[in-house]
Amino acid sequence: MTVRVQRDDFDLGAELAALRAGRTDIGALVSFTGLVRDSAGGDAVSGLELEHYPGMTEQALAKIESEARDRWPLQACLIVHRWGRLLPGEQIMMVATASPHRQAAFEAAEFLMDFLKSRAPFWKREHGPAGAKWVDARNLDEAALARWTKPR
Amino acid sequence: MSLRVLYFAWLRERIGVPSETVDTGAATVADLVAELRTREERYALAFSDLRSVRVAVDQELTGFDAPLAGAREVAFFPPMTGG
Repeated sequence: MTVRVQRDDFDLGAELAALRAGRTDIGALVSFTGLVRDSAGGDAVSGLELEHYPGMTEQALAKIESEARDRWPLQACLIVHRWGRLLPGEQIMMVATASPHRQAAFEAAEFLMDFLKSRAPFWKREHGPAGAKWVDARNLDEAALARWTKPR
Repeated sequence: MSLRVLYFAWLRERIGVPSETVDTGAATVADLVAELRTREERYALAFSDLRSVRVAVDQELTGFDAPLAGAREVAFFPPMTGG
């Protein structure tokens, strides 16, 4: 159960290996990796700047992670999110969830992604031929949260 | 009361500083915003449309009606775009 906010890149394979090292009780390990795309809405993107709120970021991610653990029987959970300047093709962040069966691991990973997109204090700025521009939050991302507030 | 006020993303750019100490008697976040707006044009511009501003008090996401009694840190920022 770990949350990390860092400037440096991460090794997805090594993170997943560490998560299940020495364990034989995990039946499903799901991971998601967010990458920097080279275009956005038809415009070329040459780089991405990620700003965050040190202190609040870690707290917000820990809170989202703890809520996921309350909702699903997770055996392990990892969130790694980078900040700073990134180039197209670079890894931005990852989540990984482990549980005895796949449904909980898939659902929990989606839940973590939906919440950290609009509840963790990160802001993206895209660089392109016309200069730099702060990325607008998408209504779609806010709507994605609604499905988790329905009574289960 | 002395508050540490932080700004992120385009709010930081419009106001021109990442953080500052503000002496205020504001009872709520909305009162603080009203006070800042009257200070200088750059604040009025940054806070011209509050629908695109989010606020955290002591690093907890909250609303503009949140009380400031006992608060140490207030942060203003646009809707978040993580992931």
